[in-house]
Amino acid sequence: MTPKFKAQAGTFESSDIMVLIEPVAEGSGRQVDISSTVMLQFEEDLKTCINQVLDVMEIENVHLIAKDKGALTPTIKARVETAVKRSLGIQEGTL
Amino acid sequence: MAKKKRRSMLYIPGNNPAMIQQAGVYGCDAVLLDLEDAVALNQKDAARILVRSMLETVNFYDTEVCVRVNNMQTPFGLADLEEIVPMQPDNIRFPKTESVQDVKDFMKEVRRIEKEHGIKNPKMTIHVMIETAKGVANVYDIAACEPRVDAITIGGQDLTADMGIVKTPDGAGIDYARKRIVMAGKANNLDVLDTVFADVNDEEGLKEETEYIKKLGFAGKALINPRQVDPVHEVFNPSENEIRKAYRVYSEFYKNTKAGIGVFAIDGKMIDAPVVQRAITVLEYANIDIKDIEKSLD
Repeated sequence: MTPKFKAQAGTFESSDIMVLIEPVAEGSGRQVDISSTVMLQFEEDLKTCINQVLDVMEIENVHLIAKDKGALTPTIKARVETAVKRSLGIQEGTL
Repeated sequence: MAKKKRRSMLYIPGNNPAMIQQAGVYGCDAVLLDLEDAVALNQKDAARILVRSMLETVNFYDTEVCVRVNNMQTPFGLADLEEIVPMQPDNIRFPKTESVQDVKDFMKEVRRIEKEHGIKNPKMTIHVMIETAKGVANVYDIAACEPRVDAITIGGQDLTADMGIVKTPDGAGIDYARKRIVMAGKANNLDVLDTVFADVNDEEGLKEETEYIKKLGFAGKALINPRQVDPVHEVFNPSENEIRKAYRVYSEFYKNTKAGIGVFAIDGKMIDAPVVQRAITVLEYANIDIKDIEKSLD
């Protein structure tokens, strides 16, 4: 599936992650850009976690930007899922 | 095994990951992950997904976990149930219950979702929340209508708003409701839980209110800040003297029962079934299992 709209989920609070999603042109695949307060230690874990959610939800043609403030795995998964659902128009939220 | 205590039930906003992931270490008896009033309207979707994800993963240790969903009359209530019921937290809190029909409608959806997810023997219980004058009027029927309801609770802020009055520190406006809800709960063997004390800086006021609701028969109180946990436990925990007395009462009761004696005396005072029941309650709050007392006497 391809996102229909720009969407975001999460906050910049400690232990949270802000996820922004925007649709990109068909055939572009995924571009995931991450910045984190624990980038050195957990960059790969963050990427894996985000991609797992995108895989399960079968999302392609997306640019995802994540600003992490030390979120745990369940928070990262929840915020990506929320942003994706908002971008697909399944749920309403901010942006 | 001693009965589960519900002295303190701490509200945690459902969209706050930092607080949810620490919920098991606040020392309260239960946490209430809130999808209702603590969550902004445009974040309801994010909160329910976050709470579901946390329930899948986070260790809450011995803390009982309750999720307060939105009322079924709102656009969010059913969506909350779809996410939360499959996770089977210890309990779900159902707000603004006004009638037996409300409970039936709610339970119909809960059971449907459990069936769809193959949950055959659900352990999750229900807390009904009485927050309107109509709910107070119907509380006896509400308390008796559903076997999975194991606690009933009063929502003081919404109740005073519904009554068109201001919630005062002496609780005058909700005093009748508190007493009526306690009686309805006790008549159906439910735990009865009190509303929040909103001023987190007034520890003395919190203790006074807790002393009062303990006397009325409430099993515990909803809290809005971890700082309120210790003062509330202090009030509900029995003193050393009370524990010693209860221990002696139960020990004598057990010995006399084995000897075939129903009513007996300690220090010239008659000890009968209600006194023994009060002693058991004290021992429960002190984490003393009466089976251990019995073993020590056998």
